[in-house]
Amino acid sequence: MEFMQARKFKDNAREAMADRNLQSALAQLKGGFIPRRQEAADRLPEFDALRDRARELKDHVLANLDVYLETFEENCRAAGGQVHWCATAEDARAAILGICREAGARTVTKGKSMVAEEIHLNGFLERHGITPVETDLGEYIIQLAEEPPSHIIGPAVHKTKDQVSDLFLAHHRQYGKTVRQTEPGAIINEAREVLRQKYFDADVGITGANFLVAETGSTIIVTNEGNGDLTQTLPRTHIVVTSIEKVVPTLEDASTILRVLARSATGQDFSAYTTLSTGGRRDGDLDGPENFHVVLLDNGRSAMLGTEFQDMLRCIRCGACMNHCPVYHSVGGHSYGAVYVGPMGAVLTPSLEGIDDARHLPSASTFCGRCESVCPMRIPLPKMMRHWRERAYDSGASAAMERWGVDIWAWTARRPWLYEAGARLAVRLLKRLGRGRGRLRRLPLAGGWTRGRDFPVPEGRTFQEQWRARRRAARPAP
Amino acid sequence: MTGTADPKRAAVLASIRQSLGRGEPSRDARRELDDRIRRHKPNLIPKRGRGSHAEQVERFVAMAESVAASVERLTRDTDVPAALAAYLRRHNLPMAVMLAPTDWLCDLPWDTQPMLTVNSGRAGDDDVVSLTPAFAGIAETGTLMMTSGAAHPTTLNFLPDHHVVAVRRSQIVGAYEDAWDRLRKERKNGRGFDLPRTVNMITGPSRTGDIELTIHLGAHGPRSLHILLIDDDPA
Amino acid sequence: MTGKPKNIGLFVTCLADLFRPTVGFAAVKLLEDAGCRVHVPTQTCCGQPAFNAGARANAQAIARGVIAAFERFDYVVAPSGSCAGMIGKHYPELFQDDPTWSKRARALGIKTFELVSFLTDVLGVRAVDAAFEGKVTYHDSCSGLRELNVKRQPRQLLRQVEGLELVELPSAEECCGFGGTFCVKYADISIDIVERKRKDIVATGAGTLLAGDLGCLMNMAGRLHRAGGDVEVRHVAEVLAGMTDDAPPIGDTGPTRARED
Repeated sequence: MEFMQARKFKDNAREAMADRNLQSALAQLKGGFIPRRQEAADRLPEFDALRDRARELKDHVLANLDVYLETFEENCRAAGGQVHWCATAEDARAAILGICREAGARTVTKGKSMVAEEIHLNGFLERHGITPVETDLGEYIIQLAEEPPSHIIGPAVHKTKDQVSDLFLAHHRQYGKTVRQTEPGAIINEAREVLRQKYFDADVGITGANFLVAETGSTIIVTNEGNGDLTQTLPRTHIVVTSIEKVVPTLEDASTILRVLARSATGQDFSAYTTLSTGGRRDGDLDGPENFHVVLLDNGRSAMLGTEFQDMLRCIRCGACMNHCPVYHSVGGHSYGAVYVGPMGAVLTPSLEGIDDARHLPSASTFCGRCESVCPMRIPLPKMMRHWRERAYDSGASAAMERWGVDIWAWTARRPWLYEAGARLAVRLLKRLGRGRGRLRRLPLAGGWTRGRDFPVPEGRTFQEQWRARRRAARPAP
Repeated sequence: MTGTADPKRAAVLASIRQSLGRGEPSRDARRELDDRIRRHKPNLIPKRGRGSHAEQVERFVAMAESVAASVERLTRDTDVPAALAAYLRRHNLPMAVMLAPTDWLCDLPWDTQPMLTVNSGRAGDDDVVSLTPAFAGIAETGTLMMTSGAAHPTTLNFLPDHHVVAVRRSQIVGAYEDAWDRLRKERKNGRGFDLPRTVNMITGPSRTGDIELTIHLGAHGPRSLHILLIDDDPA
Repeated sequence: MTGKPKNIGLFVTCLADLFRPTVGFAAVKLLEDAGCRVHVPTQTCCGQPAFNAGARANAQAIARGVIAAFERFDYVVAPSGSCAGMIGKHYPELFQDDPTWSKRARALGIKTFELVSFLTDVLGVRAVDAAFEGKVTYHDSCSGLRELNVKRQPRQLLRQVEGLELVELPSAEECCGFGGTFCVKYADISIDIVERKRKDIVATGAGTLLAGDLGCLMNMAGRLHRAGGDVEVRHVAEVLAGMTDDAPPIGDTGPTRARED
């Protein structure tokens, strides 16, 4: 399904701000995630020190990424797993399809995976005759609604309970569920019942990974529902779809980042389920997948190393940046027209899809800096958005009007006397337009401002003008 | 798909190296990174992951309860069958349990509970209650660590509606790192150590916040998590 | 105050220069009352609009002018966290590939301060000679708060103002939606954000809103006025300097005491 596009960000945003259901969901998100994260951080005195350690650790990994990936691969294979290196999304889709075909798969269950979203896996599998079933409740809801996720940890955070009730009623008739459930507990129970059989029926289970552990060749998923575990335990084949920057050296290193992940994401001290998977079923095991595959995606990440965007590869996908973003609070996730949304998406999407189409995303930020202040990995998100703006400005992707405006203004600002002459003229003009009032309801060329705000009339003369006059008056005549 | 002949593997690694502005790392550089892994030094363990064993046990209980697990203390492991039966009655559950096929649990005096149907093996869709051991209990977040194997099928942790876990006081550790240390020691082999297929770190029962951000228990996994904490090292 | 008076280069900010000179004079009064000698070199803007638009070369050119004009003073003080943050934190970043200018930028950066935090943290000002009757609330502008840790300082001094009652603004640390050119480039979003802020402000029941950055103040005042409330808006320096009789609140009219030239 063709959904919102990044290049139409402004139109998308307008639509989103007029959507009452979305606005009430966003208000709830803001009221929920922000205090919960703060409380979790306050409960752990070492929280900020852990953030520092997590950042150092990930910087070390990125500087040695090739070696740690090779070590991961070696240990994963030693444990009976297979690693599929994929340079592009296309490579990853092909690798997954190959594994599914080998397994004779007709249906696959899926745990939540942003990388699977990134490579648009569901549509691809469907086109090849394989039915993907999302099992994370949020992902399941948006799969029924045929929408992309609007948040990296709460993919259906934009849906109200009533909308979910309607969706379930429409889609669950085939399972004999004909009563519209309105209580959250009953809604969740209905999803549980419908999805339970899917786990047993699936030939392949696909999950993402939060971390890859080089030391042991393990993949780690962090979930709350337990769907990821059922997804990977019951089918004969388990595919982990993940990306190269997720590797950490040791179990201790994973532990350090785990300590900041859930606290930043949901405000939990620890998520309900943190699961390490190492290879396939062992001799004597009574359950677990026989085959274990890791699909390791690059898709532009290696090209970010060594650039001004390298720090973005520290991201652990907790969602704290969007939870605290005033722009996200207004426009929600879909407006970004991309898989990754909010501040982290505003930095990542241009890397994945090019700055031309994505130019609005790093531009639509007030640079309030709250994202950086809550990022567990201390990623300087505003700084990187600014770097994208620089690239857009230099490459001509920014609007021509804006570039001329900035150039002319900057040219003037470098010539103080010219600037001051202009300033004196401007304040007098505005003062006259004010006709004795303190503010203007309308102002030529400032329609953006005055559409929803009055514009204050200047006092009448510039500070520098008055200051110099005062100085002259104070100085004794020669 | 394997080995160094894979052109995609070579392409990804080459791209990483090009971006990092260097070639293949030297043997010394690799050795240094290998050593870092072999040393697997903890980074920063919060204070709450430290303290005396008695403190850790109390913290484990408090943290587990804070995430909606229930904890019951037993003085001997032979008390487990009676405690389990009482739990089932208390919650109006069918008198049947699927045990993890470990000698420790299977050899408990189940004959003292004639009303209880006891089976062992992996979990199926019909099993309502499971009883499993844990490898460790981690105090800092009230987390149970489960290791998969012939004696502990992973399905027991996720399919039944009610998961009961028997863990001994001596298995309670402070921090995640302490549990990794124990795991490394227990699973030592010629090359170092090996992990079981699955290590589950479980912190409370299954939950979701996907409906209007309100937390509800029992999304896909167990609706309840009951911990039987057995006092095997009387203080 | 003991010792030689400190020579302060006042970076008045382009917005105060153009729209609200009273903020500049309030800054001068507060600094002079604390024993400083205030200088106002010819100036335009810190270059932030160019910097944030991605026009790095333009921003560098403007920054060189600011550095050259201000580096001779003991301190540079701005009645704005945003501009002080630009000079203090971002100039060094702007010249990271230019050793000569980088050194000058860093030297200027470490002696550049936001006005209120300069008064409390550097000059040790503990009391102000000002009175203001009524309930006020305070918005923490983002740059000051997160780049310069300005949070406690304005509250500390406001509590010294006779008659003033400070009520905390819920979500005081949330952006007002100004964001420099963001407020016109993404006007709809900006208005949506400032409308949320307006509701929070009105909910406090305060008669006056204060903040330390004129951009945010103009944005919030503009929205408050458009919605038709009667909350008055002022820069915190005007209140601390006891100069609220010198100019009507932002966007309002009223009797203004003539200023001696």
